[in-house]
Amino acid sequence: MNALVIGCGRVGSSIARQLAEEGWDVSVVDENEESLARLGDRWPGRFVVGHGMDVEVLREAGIEEAEAVVVATDGDNTNIVIGQVAQKRFDISCVVVRVLDPARADFYAERGLRTVCPTKTAINVLTDAVRACEIPGMPRVEA
Amino acid sequence: MYVLIAGGGKVGANVARTLIRAGHEVTLIEQNAARFARLEEEFEHQVQHGDATELHILERAGIARPPDIVLALTGDDEDNVVISQIAQERYGVPKVIARVNDPRNQAHFDLMGISPTICAVSSVMALVEHEVPEHELIHLLELRKENLEIVEVQIDKNSPSAGKRVESLTMPEGARLISVMRNGRAEIAVGSTELQPGDQVLAILEPGKEDELKRVLLKA
Repeated sequence: MNALVIGCGRVGSSIARQLAEEGWDVSVVDENEESLARLGDRWPGRFVVGHGMDVEVLREAGIEEAEAVVVATDGDNTNIVIGQVAQKRFDISCVVVRVLDPARADFYAERGLRTVCPTKTAINVLTDAVRACEIPGMPRVEA
Repeated sequence: MYVLIAGGGKVGANVARTLIRAGHEVTLIEQNAARFARLEEEFEHQVQHGDATELHILERAGIARPPDIVLALTGDDEDNVVISQIAQERYGVPKVIARVNDPRNQAHFDLMGISPTICAVSSVMALVEHEVPEHELIHLLELRKENLEIVEVQIDKNSPSAGKRVESLTMPEGARLISVMRNGRAEIAVGSTELQPGDQVLAILEPGKEDELKRVLLKA
């Protein structure tokens, strides 16, 4: 199985390493050559330097053979556009897109893009952590 | 008419000023704080500060009314795509015009059905092609919806098509000759039209067939 990860920051690089460990053939795209270091000393997969908006870069990274695409650059709108290109132009059914803004994440999720919103996750986890403190007399929320 | 403009750079600000002078209601959104401060001196309440790809910023600017037209004119193509999609699909804005900064991104706008678009680089390049004679093939018109384009080529004495009738040319699939201009007079190209050096020929073709067309008409 081939996976393409666009954006090799903390999030993208960790996803790439995780998938590679699980047996995927992983190809990574990032604008910055130095981000290759985040993939460790012996990165077994492909690494292409370029912008994910550039279709030639996506092709070079093997998008035409990819079964799954993860878009995790640091720009919400960049991710949204690249995700749609992967979905609509390259016909990839498993496209996962990181969108930090909850409003945009919801809007594009309604339109059929698989958006993942770390902000929403953080809000839920942090709120739950407050609830879990069990301070005497604090308001209780029924599950 | 109520016009919402995203992006208060040179393009957005000049468009806003022109529309306001023509008596239209305009709201301009600018993300950069320093630029917003400058714009506010001129546009006062007609400019708002914020990221126009955020729904609450767009709503504060009145996108839910909705405006008659939204102009996505930021210097960032991804932002312009997202603004156009949100305006059209979430708020039912009847008309959106988007700016394409990098012509390589044009295909993304087309893929997402964002039309019309305006690309200054493409416009300049079309003029350059028209003005510089050594460019053999001039793009005259792009029919984006139809996925066709109209180009002009000039036949010279070394062209393989010079002296040939149109019906004897092996035209690439998806390309047709439209007309031949000779000595200032244009005629519809038919099978029996014979091409001559100096002819300016109009052709309609699918984008991407330019090289095949050039091979048939211009170089052996």
